[in-house]
Amino acid sequence: MSFLLECPRCGSRPVDEFAYFGEVTRRPKGSASLRELTEYVYFRDNVAGVQREWWQHRTGCGEWFLAERDTRTNEVLAIHLPQPERAQAGGAE
Amino acid sequence: MRLPPQPRERIDRSQRILFTFDGKVVGGYAGDTIGSALFAHGQRIFSRSFKYHRPRGLLCCSGHCPNCLMTVDGVPNVRVCVEPIRDGAVVEPQNVWGSLERDVLSITDKIGGPFTPVGFYYRTMIRPRRLWPVYEKVLRNLAGLGRLRKDGAGHTRYDVEHRRARVLVVGGGEAGRAAALAAAALGPDVVLVDETADLVGHELEGVEVLAPARALGIWEGGLVPVVAGSVLHRFRAERIVVAAGALDQPLVFPGNDLVGVMLPGGVRRLVRDFAIAPGSRAVVIAAGEEDLEIAGELREVGVAVPEVVDLTSTPARRIEAHGRKGRVAAVSVDGRKVDCDLVVASAGRQPAYSLLAQAGARVEYDESRGIFVPTNLPAGVEAVGSVTGEDCVTVDPVRTTKGAGGDKCFVCVCEDVTTKDIARAIDEGFDSIELAKRYTTVTMGPCQGKLCQLASIRLYAQATGVGEAAVGTTTARPPWAPVELGVLAGRHFEPARRTSVHFRHEEAGARMMWAGPWKRPYAYGERPEDEVRAVHDSLGVIDVSTLGKILVEGPEAADLLERLYPNRFGDLRPGRIRYGVLTSDAGRIMDDGTVARLADDLYYVTTTSTGADSVTAWFEWWNAVWGYDAEIVNVTGALAALNLAGPRAREALGRLVDDPDVVSAESFRYLDAKALVVAGVPCLALRIGFVGELGYELHFPSPAGEHVWDRLVAEGARPFGLEPQRVLRLEKGHIIVGQDTDSESNLLSAGMQWLPKMDKDDFVGKLALEHFAERPERERLVGFRMEEDVLPVEGAQIVVEGRPAGRVTSARRSEAVGGVIGLAWLPPDRAEEGTRFEVRVDRRLVGARVAHGPFYDPAGERMRA
Repeated sequence: MSFLLECPRCGSRPVDEFAYFGEVTRRPKGSASLRELTEYVYFRDNVAGVQREWWQHRTGCGEWFLAERDTRTNEVLAIHLPQPERAQAGGAE
Repeated sequence: MRLPPQPRERIDRSQRILFTFDGKVVGGYAGDTIGSALFAHGQRIFSRSFKYHRPRGLLCCSGHCPNCLMTVDGVPNVRVCVEPIRDGAVVEPQNVWGSLERDVLSITDKIGGPFTPVGFYYRTMIRPRRLWPVYEKVLRNLAGLGRLRKDGAGHTRYDVEHRRARVLVVGGGEAGRAAALAAAALGPDVVLVDETADLVGHELEGVEVLAPARALGIWEGGLVPVVAGSVLHRFRAERIVVAAGALDQPLVFPGNDLVGVMLPGGVRRLVRDFAIAPGSRAVVIAAGEEDLEIAGELREVGVAVPEVVDLTSTPARRIEAHGRKGRVAAVSVDGRKVDCDLVVASAGRQPAYSLLAQAGARVEYDESRGIFVPTNLPAGVEAVGSVTGEDCVTVDPVRTTKGAGGDKCFVCVCEDVTTKDIARAIDEGFDSIELAKRYTTVTMGPCQGKLCQLASIRLYAQATGVGEAAVGTTTARPPWAPVELGVLAGRHFEPARRTSVHFRHEEAGARMMWAGPWKRPYAYGERPEDEVRAVHDSLGVIDVSTLGKILVEGPEAADLLERLYPNRFGDLRPGRIRYGVLTSDAGRIMDDGTVARLADDLYYVTTTSTGADSVTAWFEWWNAVWGYDAEIVNVTGALAALNLAGPRAREALGRLVDDPDVVSAESFRYLDAKALVVAGVPCLALRIGFVGELGYELHFPSPAGEHVWDRLVAEGARPFGLEPQRVLRLEKGHIIVGQDTDSESNLLSAGMQWLPKMDKDDFVGKLALEHFAERPERERLVGFRMEEDVLPVEGAQIVVEGRPAGRVTSARRSEAVGGVIGLAWLPPDRAEEGTRFEVRVDRRLVGARVAHGPFYDPAGERMRA
């Protein structure tokens, strides 16, 4: 892995400046059956193709963001800042 | 002996340079390589071969083949044909038992042939199995390359540079230089890398020339590591132009490795660059125009050339070289024998496509020219010059017939693989080139296939009858050029974090130890128990600046922490402190520490010493998901922290503040957080029971670390280290996350059922905890006391009724408790107070009993005093 990744704040940087936090998961709301919990905690789609995943510019600005990356070629098709849950729900702010 | 000055010679005859070779002094000129100076000095045998210890001399003279590997100034496997000469260098032959001229081990060449076929040691030396280490040791001494100096003496300092280039050109031949100049005309940041010293001192306008330097490979993102001396330049290039040229291919015939059989490029270099006549009587076996010109060039410098064979027009099925004492004495071409001391033998030129193949290009066989050419170049990578196949052509390199007899016929000079070995491998069923490579090790030696890839493919194609295109090439892998391990390892250093009080610890004689990225005092003397006693009886101070310290601030800071932690922080009043444990959504215990509420919208969180960065990232990630209005700032490095503990802590602190009343028992209660000015330094003081005694943890700006430390020590506080801290905390039954817990541990099994507030709407780990609560418990973390005064190791096995039933995670001898205490994981039905079990200590079983609750001051009166 030596590809370049675009940080939303710092621009194109070597991937070793970033921390990878895995594919985007769906966290069960309220309560979850054991199966739902296990799927959320342990199961991953592990696609050979475009995957939405979390990255942090760990040794740079520290920003957390989402990337759409083709896991076969490491081509990053898009990056964006996360849309927080509370903003989506029209939350308290 | 040198020729008269040559028009393009690289040597400066006015500058003599002396070095030693095998103990003798050898001279050369500035501009020489060690190899050219040795050759001019009369040295012809440069090495002994890998397996048969056959004498070998200069073959390619361009740093590709293994024939001139020597140890230079203690560094093994230096290609002396391209290693610049330097004053006082100590050059020694390697892989030799005896001398280069008389190597005792060359006996393997005479008798070993039939007994040492390819892969012989896989078959013959495996039984009896227990003797393999002996066999291995013997083989290692017989075969192999140079020796590393185990003492590491004289090691070079290696370094890494991260660089960017708009255009990076690999290869400084005609095509490479033209590409670099054209790129430079269009903009800045053009770098040209060349493996030879030819371009040293050349000016190319607008181009940075890096030479001699070797590109190791092409990785994604335009990453090209380039080695120049002891520096690894990690280039990021927008465009990469490969102009790696073509490689002279050797012919395969009996005796083709004799000293004096050379490739045309090597011969040219000796004459043109170093003004050396490579022999006195030469036979030229050429594969086209370019090779044929060699004959004229040799004659021009006085070398007799009695015979010239052009393989493109003359069939010449059989070539055989005859040697005397390992050096070529004659060569026969289809039975016609000609005396000579130099054979220039060429099968033509093959594009050096490896870098391109690594980058993702395809490699296809061009039937008409007999070469493999790169196609389908990946985006951002271009090829120019001979590497594209331009002006490249090869003839069939195999100039012998099966069972023809005569001397050995080498396909691979690196690993001493002969045509017979290849034939045998095919007979044994290794019929794919990738399998044959692994079995015979052809292309796996120091040249990495530069000289043997094509010949082995052609041999395979002929033997199996499937054609070169179907045989295909083996995968091209980096590094393309040889590289010292030191270059890859980089500079030798071991970064450590040190607190602002670090040097005070060293002055006090502390034994420092690693604690995550930090260096911390283990203890200040030989007796950590004395430091424990000081804390219990009087006063101690420990540097806890390594604790992670995070500020969480904002109108919704409380909501964020409420959701991050299993327990409650929304109802924590400003000025109060609560213990917190972080869990993951899998229910795993991740970290623990204290959380102080400093104001309605401001919390001060401490983490374990190793958790500062990961907890900060964890907080920030969850808040990226949730979006609470709160800022998270890691202030670990900015603040020092000292924990003052012991019965005398209050009176000592009282003397360092303006008004002792502010630290009185009534105004500064247990679990209060307070702003104080201590010894003139504004501090955040946390009254916590860190080590089980009355204690205050002072957090303040790092620059004042030594000042506050000195004042506390002057008040009689005895410094204590990590080891006494572990004893003190174990006496209180405190767990260490990661020591007493692992990836299976959750709050319920770790004995903290009281901590999670399951009535909260949500917190990280709640879903998992709900399920843990329903499932039968598998094991539980409990305290224990040993029945005898023996100390089990951490990880010691617990035995119940003769069966393994658990493990010890912490154990220490405690004077205050009077015995050996510890923490252990036990089956739930064995976790009742007083239950007896046995621990394996030094191969015997020692009794122990479960003991719940803190071992020392169970009611916690001392820390609340």
